[in-house]
Amino acid sequence: MKFSNVMATAGEWLRGEGPHHQIVISSRVRLARNLRSRPFPGWAKKAERTSILELIRPRVEELTEMRDSFSESLQELSALERQVLVERHLISREHAAKGVGSAVVMNRRQTLSIMINEEDHLRMQSIRSGLQLKQAFKLVDKIDSALESKLEFAYDQRLGYLTACPTNVGTGMRASAMLHLPGLVLSELINQVIQAVSKIGLAVRGLYGEGTEAMGNLFQISNQTTLGEKEDEIINRLSKVIETLIEKEHDARQVLLQKKSNTLWDQIGRAYGVLTYAHAMASKEALNLLSIIKLGVDLGAFPEDRRLPIDELFIDTQPAHLQKSSQQKLNAEERDHLRAQIIRERLKLFPKPDISKMARESGNGSIAGPLNNE
Amino acid sequence: MQKVNLCDACSKEKGVQDPTGFALADLLLGIGAAEEIEKGASTQKCPVCGFSQADFKKTGRLGCSACYVTFGGGLNTLLKAMHKGTEHVGKLPQRAHRAMEINHRMRTLAENLQQAVAEENYETAASLRDQIKQLESELAR
Repeated sequence: MKFSNVMATAGEWLRGEGPHHQIVISSRVRLARNLRSRPFPGWAKKAERTSILELIRPRVEELTEMRDSFSESLQELSALERQVLVERHLISREHAAKGVGSAVVMNRRQTLSIMINEEDHLRMQSIRSGLQLKQAFKLVDKIDSALESKLEFAYDQRLGYLTACPTNVGTGMRASAMLHLPGLVLSELINQVIQAVSKIGLAVRGLYGEGTEAMGNLFQISNQTTLGEKEDEIINRLSKVIETLIEKEHDARQVLLQKKSNTLWDQIGRAYGVLTYAHAMASKEALNLLSIIKLGVDLGAFPEDRRLPIDELFIDTQPAHLQKSSQQKLNAEERDHLRAQIIRERLKLFPKPDISKMARESGNGSIAGPLNNE
Repeated sequence: MQKVNLCDACSKEKGVQDPTGFALADLLLGIGAAEEIEKGASTQKCPVCGFSQADFKKTGRLGCSACYVTFGGGLNTLLKAMHKGTEHVGKLPQRAHRAMEINHRMRTLAENLQQAVAEENYETAASLRDQIKQLESELAR
């Protein structure tokens, strides 16, 4: 499979059909593994990294799940192509910075991606739409078992799987979900929520993980610890917290509808106006406004069939996607211009927000609770 | 935790290219871990990969899986502070699982062998010895 094929089709997770997909954009689980008695990628010399890659890559490519896969060495990918993969969460930003001796292999559906020689020799990640952490884990677990019969992993009886960074030792597992929480942000409850979540050993991060800013009201929540707890216990704990957050987000939206409906309509109207008529738009502004439109779809201000075009814009307006689709490298100003143009075109057939529908829904309370409407 | 907000220009000026450098884990590892390790093993180098404690201080990452043994003492304190427990309770690789089973069977056979020898039951002892040899070769595979 070529890069152009990857570019042409959006990952399955973007279609947004998983459980609780209104609020949970995606679920991801990754496992970190290393070969026994070989230096970790960050410490290995170039020749050693290359020999490790040559050992691992064919084993990964021959997996049943990797039939017709996309497999490429990092140095064969342009900076822009790597960035596209980062924007789709198929490789990490750290991996995108790698060169000789690193590779990525992913399946056709873009639900499974394996980074070779990232921080660890193997980083296997499964990504699903909605809240499906268990299913995502099941797939990487299966891949891990298949690979472990062919490769000898660094494993210690007491410490479990050994990783380059001690924060990953044990299960080597990081489970995370991307949540869209505009209700909690608009109600100014988000900081409280983040603090509470951090206190119970979970991490909340921005759009692209560690150290990144929250944009578009998108938050990543993941397990912080990997030692002393079983994989399914970690996933259950995380899933429970996410279910509570879904509930809180729905509650916040209800309260906004009932008590601050003017503010809500104003936000949605402004977002619609700016997106429809602007001629220059930075990526952050686009994400923030698209988030409000997405909320509008959730609340019935826009028809349900408008959901996918908005979800697609979240990815398509990211800098690398923009440049890759226009086949040229653009400076920031040109990007902002093109971004606004694409959004205007896609929103051409977008109906105006139907506030009466929203008002009616808030009036009779027909917006169902979080856990029984899906 | 120290929160730093830098604009684009300032971050470039300060040489911050990658915001992950500010991540909590790295902060913890860069400062806390190096100190912890200093207490444990002073100027030690990993005999397998040559990684030193100074390297850990710099990167917050270890050199190879054997570093977990080399820097064991200090690392354990760090792991204890960082994680829920100090022992892995999750998935076992099949290979390790198999090795554990074989070891267990070998121990039982060795006990039986001792008993057989004590009872001067040489026929059984010979058979047990063969079985142990068989398992040893399985383990070596």
